[in-house]
Amino acid sequence: MPLTSVTKDPETLSLTVVGDYPVSQQRLWDAFADPRQLERFWGPPAFPATFTLHDFKAGGRAEYFLALPDGGKWNGSWKFTAVNPISSFEAHDGEDNAGDANMPAGMTFKFETTPTGSRLTVVTRFSSIEAMQQTIPGMEEGLRAAMPQLDAVLAEAR
Amino acid sequence: MYNQMVVRRDETEESLNQLFRALADGTRRDILARSLSETVSVTVLAARYDMSFAAVQKHVAVLERAGLVQKRAHGREQLVSTNHARLQRAGELLEALDAIWRHRMAQLDEVLLTKGK
Repeated sequence: MPLTSVTKDPETLSLTVVGDYPVSQQRLWDAFADPRQLERFWGPPAFPATFTLHDFKAGGRAEYFLALPDGGKWNGSWKFTAVNPISSFEAHDGEDNAGDANMPAGMTFKFETTPTGSRLTVVTRFSSIEAMQQTIPGMEEGLRAAMPQLDAVLAEAR
Repeated sequence: MYNQMVVRRDETEESLNQLFRALADGTRRDILARSLSETVSVTVLAARYDMSFAAVQKHVAVLERAGLVQKRAHGREQLVSTNHARLQRAGELLEALDAIWRHRMAQLDEVLLTKGK
């Protein structure tokens, strides 16, 4: 199992996720640096994410949307505050593509080499509980979706 | 399994922050646990902790402001009981985030394993 731990801290409104993967640190980094790979795992499978912008450098932005079952879109965007290949990057996460000032969450991604491959540690900090909610709705709908079609998508990527 | 979370956007940010601040303290979580299945008086609670009646009263007040417990007077006693709906909501938010990340990391694993090494 890739997922090592999820730590929920209500006091600091943060969530820490650690995953260990049997691939090199470079390979793990590439999955985030390449928007075509990133969109295959960032959104829930039946509500695929499409990244329309991925300017992966400090000060750059990423913009994406999730296709919702009712035909609508859930827009999201990141503003990169630090990008250090292949060891870490930081981004603010917002629900909409407008208004970077009040982005509800800050995310820090750390990449390390381990004896068995590589480790990803993601710390997400929310500015408030309201902010926590804002990052959930689109995802929450997506969570009810089935997983099976993911295999087909990934097979294409080979 | 996921909680079917109802997102109520009209809930104010401040009230939500109060909710989580209230849950952040060990004594308050203990008070909450004790008032979960039965109504307890502040006097009975105060006898259980190594702190003053006033200090326990303050903890109860924080829980009350966050909507986690309700207090009612019974003679000279103040009785405390848990607001179950509110407590459940705090857990739901974190569970939803937990579920999102479990999916995401599993999907990342499949991407890594299927596309090159």
